Amino acid sequence: MLDADFFRRWLTAATAAVDREAARLTELDSPIGDADHGSNLQRGFVAVSAVLEKEAPATPGGVLTLAGRQLISTVGGASGPLYGTLLRRTGKALGDAPEVSEAELAAALRTGVDAVMTLGGAAPGDKTMIDALVPAVDALGTSFDAAATAAEQGALATTPMQARKGRASYLGERSIGHQDPGATSSALLIGALAEAARDE
Amino acid sequence: MSDPDSVGRGQEKVVGIVLVSHSRAVAESVAELATGLAGGGAVVPLAPAGGTEDGGLGTSAELICGAARSVDRGAGVAVLADLGSAVLTVKALLAEGDELPDGARLVDAPFVEGAVAAVVTASAGADLDAVEAAAVEAYTYRKV
Repeated sequence: MLDADFFRRWLTAATAAVDREAARLTELDSPIGDADHGSNLQRGFVAVSAVLEKEAPATPGGVLTLAGRQLISTVGGASGPLYGTLLRRTGKALGDAPEVSEAELAAALRTGVDAVMTLGGAAPGDKTMIDALVPAVDALGTSFDAAATAAEQGALATTPMQARKGRASYLGERSIGHQDPGATSSALLIGALAEAARDE
Repeated sequence: MSDPDSVGRGQEKVVGIVLVSHSRAVAESVAELATGLAGGGAVVPLAPAGGTEDGGLGTSAELICGAARSVDRGAGVAVLADLGSAVLTVKALLAEGDELPDGARLVDAPFVEGAVAAVVTASAGADLDAVEAAAVEAYTYRKV
């Protein structure tokens, strides 16, 4: 079973991963975005870690909804409301149980990913974070490591796609050949989840 | 719909308008333009929420929430947004339920033309549905 502590470790690992990879995320965002994905997410996740240290919610749902709220208010770019919605909806789906099973997390995360698709209007194949998150949620039934691998492969698979959402979509065919920064940061988030599970 | 008796008379119930842009300068300038073109109607509570809190390009949830609260007179708040994260942030805040005033809604409208239509309509004492309809209708005005 996964408790609030597990979810705090997940977000701490995510903060560390975003911190470590911020320059690469921004580099990926330069040819097809506005070159701020790394710094925006870094600001958001640092704020998440700070608020979780201060408030320390006692349930998995509480940790995720607080973190999501913090991302919406601090990121400043589209990834704020998108990741914020992902975590909030996942947290709300978990309710106020003190511990959740891996299967409950997988189901809740699917609810969160569905909410992100509704908010952003993106579907698989549009060259967005959805291309990493959907395969990750599909693989979560197998294991956390399988989900991390699926997210990583999903991010790599965005390279030959043409962007159909967000600023990159204005570039048309010129968006082809660049790995999507949002799918890349989603793979970091799922990788951090696998990391937290290994520390159990 | 608001009480028809209050429309155009009890101006304390006028619809508020928030303009959310990636740029502080754009939000403030469009607000100035819309107010200028509204002419002699009632003064509409209007607040720009442009850029990030430190003045950079982007979207600030805090600025949006602050702006919406500042223009709320109890008749609803029409929020117009320009691009990507501005739209997504407003939608995410509305989904939160308790971040924006009751009766706040994102209006699907072109930013400049929609803002002018919304402010002019609100200044005539119209309710939120009418303000929204006027802003949305701005999409149908073809220039060529």
